[in-house]
Amino acid sequence: MDSLIGITGKDFVIFVADTAQARSILKMKGDEDKIMVVDDSKMFAMAGDTGDRTTFCEYVKRNLKLYEIRSGLTLSTHAAAHWTRRALADALRQGPYETNLLFGGWDSEAGASLYYLDYLGSMHKMPFAIQGYASNFVLSIFDRYYKEDLTIPEGLDLAKLCIAELNKRFLLAQPNWAIKVIKKGDDGKASLEVIVPAKQ
Amino acid sequence: MARYDRAITVFSPDGHLFQVEYALNAVNKGTTAIGIRGKNSIVLGIEKKSAMKLQDPRTVRKIVQLDDSICLAFAGLVADARVLINKARIECQTYRLTLDEEPSVEYITRWIAQRQQKYTQSGGVRPYGISTLIVGFDTDGEPRLFQTDPSGIYSEWFANCIGRNSKPVKEFFTKNYPGLRKEEKTEGEEESEEELVDFELTEEATIKLAVKALMEVVESPKNIEIAVVKKGSLRFLEVDEIETLVDAFEAEQKEKEDNKQ
Repeated sequence: MDSLIGITGKDFVIFVADTAQARSILKMKGDEDKIMVVDDSKMFAMAGDTGDRTTFCEYVKRNLKLYEIRSGLTLSTHAAAHWTRRALADALRQGPYETNLLFGGWDSEAGASLYYLDYLGSMHKMPFAIQGYASNFVLSIFDRYYKEDLTIPEGLDLAKLCIAELNKRFLLAQPNWAIKVIKKGDDGKASLEVIVPAKQ
Repeated sequence: MARYDRAITVFSPDGHLFQVEYALNAVNKGTTAIGIRGKNSIVLGIEKKSAMKLQDPRTVRKIVQLDDSICLAFAGLVADARVLINKARIECQTYRLTLDEEPSVEYITRWIAQRQQKYTQSGGVRPYGISTLIVGFDTDGEPRLFQTDPSGIYSEWFANCIGRNSKPVKEFFTKNYPGLRKEEKTEGEEESEEELVDFELTEEATIKLAVKALMEVVESPKNIEIAVVKKGSLRFLEVDEIETLVDAFEAEQKEKEDNKQ
């Protein structure tokens, strides 16, 4: 079961994802990258079987790119999240995509934003969000330690706390976690940084 | 829905496809577009019609981006171009979705040319009234410049011109594209070892050549739009940048004439 954690702070979004690819009790791969970057200003953390999650996220990524090339404008995180939700909702009663997502990004209007989407097409904008069993363990950590306008180092410390808790108490916890951050760069535009790569 | 099965583009007794030739006439009525391939950049230039006072000139764009590293300029029917460009953009993203890599310039050119050809051999449709110049960079970093026309032909060029007044500009290129000349080099913009084609044109030299070429056929620098394509970027020159280049060029010309006397 995939564990995905998203944290927003002052002008940044951090995604933390486990890197295990599992089939029943077998761990097939320990370096799977579940955080798909759309562009410098947006990214997905995807949960679910590889088929649906990569198919869906690649489809969204390409359509977002097409929109941007046609219009010459970068989509806001809000608009892109809504597009994604619409795609999930439309597919629901035909052939649902079995993938739960976190979608986050930075733009100049809304600053950093994080959206929680699930395969039924529900969407919530949240300051922090978790997908998977990890939520049982980690939500309480956020309730205790999360505050508004965190800095990136504070956000990463919070991520480390979550990872430590999961490694201690979650039966299916993973040793490897990938971390990416999208933040407002020095030039005022969004920029992406890979803090911990999936392949180590 | 009524079936459109009557062909519009049919052969004449002596082997012409008149509709295609008329489409080329439409292209030759359109405003000029040029493309020049340099060493690390490609320059596209177009003739801008004098702006009507009530019109916002930014909305009349004849140089467009198809993908991260591929751009297109066209001459001919603007609305036809819009449709073709839209389809080409979708094709670029579809290629990326299916193959997870960027399409080569040749692939997209071939795709556009195929589409233009289809419309010369289908029922109920007329050919696209545009020729295009497609430029960009392949994954190996090489700049490429291609041209398509309403018949569906495509070919690769070092420098080319489409639209009205293309003939004098093409002659200008044959005389002035460095490396093609067999006689001595002129202004010494780059050192050339006389190979058949010399790709030593720097970005600056390519831009200068583009401005000179367009100045042959337009009235003033205000009627020129230049875009520089480098890997992953498309940059339009500001009006004053172009004016500075034209002034410099005209000063050079004047000096030459004075020296001759």
